[in-house]
Amino acid sequence: MRFNCHPFQIFAANTHTPNPKPVTPHLTPAMSYYEPTDLPKFGSISEYQPELAAKFFDWYGAVFAEGALTQREKSLIALAVAHAVQCPYCIDAYTTDSLQKGATEQMMMEAVHVAAAIRGGASMVHGVQMMNKVREVSM
Amino acid sequence: MSLATTSLLRRGAALSDTAEQLRVLRNHEGITHLPQFATVLRDHGHAPLHARSLTTLQVNVGKMCNQACKHCHVDAGPDRQEIMTRQTMQHCLDAVDAAGISIVDLTGGAPEMNPEFRWFVEELSRRGVQVIVRCNLTIIVANPKYNDLPQFFATHGVHVVSSLPFYDASHTDRQRGGGVFDDSIRALRMLNDVGYGREGTGRIIDLVYNPLGALLPGPQASLEKEFKRNLMQRHGVEFNALHCITNMPISRFLEFLLNSGNYERYMTTLVSAFNPSAAENVMCRDLISVGWDGQLFDCDFNQMLDLPVASSARHIADFSVDALAGRPIVVDRHCFGCTAGAGSSCGGQIA
Repeated sequence: MRFNCHPFQIFAANTHTPNPKPVTPHLTPAMSYYEPTDLPKFGSISEYQPELAAKFFDWYGAVFAEGALTQREKSLIALAVAHAVQCPYCIDAYTTDSLQKGATEQMMMEAVHVAAAIRGGASMVHGVQMMNKVREVSM
Repeated sequence: MSLATTSLLRRGAALSDTAEQLRVLRNHEGITHLPQFATVLRDHGHAPLHARSLTTLQVNVGKMCNQACKHCHVDAGPDRQEIMTRQTMQHCLDAVDAAGISIVDLTGGAPEMNPEFRWFVEELSRRGVQVIVRCNLTIIVANPKYNDLPQFFATHGVHVVSSLPFYDASHTDRQRGGGVFDDSIRALRMLNDVGYGREGTGRIIDLVYNPLGALLPGPQASLEKEFKRNLMQRHGVEFNALHCITNMPISRFLEFLLNSGNYERYMTTLVSAFNPSAAENVMCRDLISVGWDGQLFDCDFNQMLDLPVASSARHIADFSVDALAGRPIVVDRHCFGCTAGAGSSCGGQIA
């Protein structure tokens, strides 16, 4: 059995967690769109499309394997991207994973700043477009 | 140096009673839905787990320690008085002779605080046994009488294995106590000075990494690279290998898990990360663990839970190779700690 410690795959490979509870089609006041208990159920996406899910999880595992980048570097990139796409599951998973890969709190916060800087920079650089337009229409 | 905590025993905590720890492992309301270890083993064709060989005698020579780490599975500390006597050590030597055991792994507490420690090491060394000492490093600089330990270790070819949970002070001291990192670096330099960790000397100092919370340890090879690079660049110290060890959900780490609300999640993670190939190679299959009072266990963790070996020979004075060979290993939910992810043993990852 291939074993992988990545936070999503750990649950995808799991055969011992209890069956996920049936998904309730409506939201009750106690629920939100994001449920922490949904993260361990990530592997269950294979129920509706097993072949594509298998390809996805295989690819996912390969992406995070040690390569030209270390696993820790990849985990910190994932953490930064998780903040950029604002995915609570990913933030939860890659905070844990970054710590497990030996990242420090300082490294992790610097990664979040990188994400924030790119998001902020992406807005700011459009200021040039604004300036171009201003110059175009102004006397 | 300041202590990170005090022992459960000293605080009169409920978890100082091993029956309470076992109750939490077996019946805590948050984890009753999780499978039993024996069931998962059976599902993977590994149950019941049997002893395979006897290469290592792991001897806990006492619970006394100059540190009191937050995660300690022994509940060791300066207040603990349990110490192995020379008579019990002699029984261990007799067992080594009778069984031809090649490795004796000395642990504690701080094993060096046992007044018979040096005599025991000398006797083992005389027999040509490979001696491992689980040295907490700070003991070497804790008192002038311990300053010559590096030379003593070198003289007897001791393989030193030492905990250092991270390569910086703040993370290390948070787990092991204020000032522990700086003292550990001083001790590592003293070990390096007599050849430990230096290429070509044959003197081995391995470090042990364990996570600083309710986390699984990361990949051993890449963490070892980071430790080596950082310890050399920042402090000029060297070591041989890094062993990644999973924190066992027992004793003071169990207390942390419960108090921090991480218990259910951590146990679920351990169970979810069950790795059959790690289960095949768990250390209990090849060793016997001896308690400070001479009682026998399958491993140091069973020892701390008072789960004795399933054999007619339950004390080192009654040691019998035949009675212990092929015995069924005593398992419970804490065993998921040794089979999670890349697996965990006193020698690091196993899968």
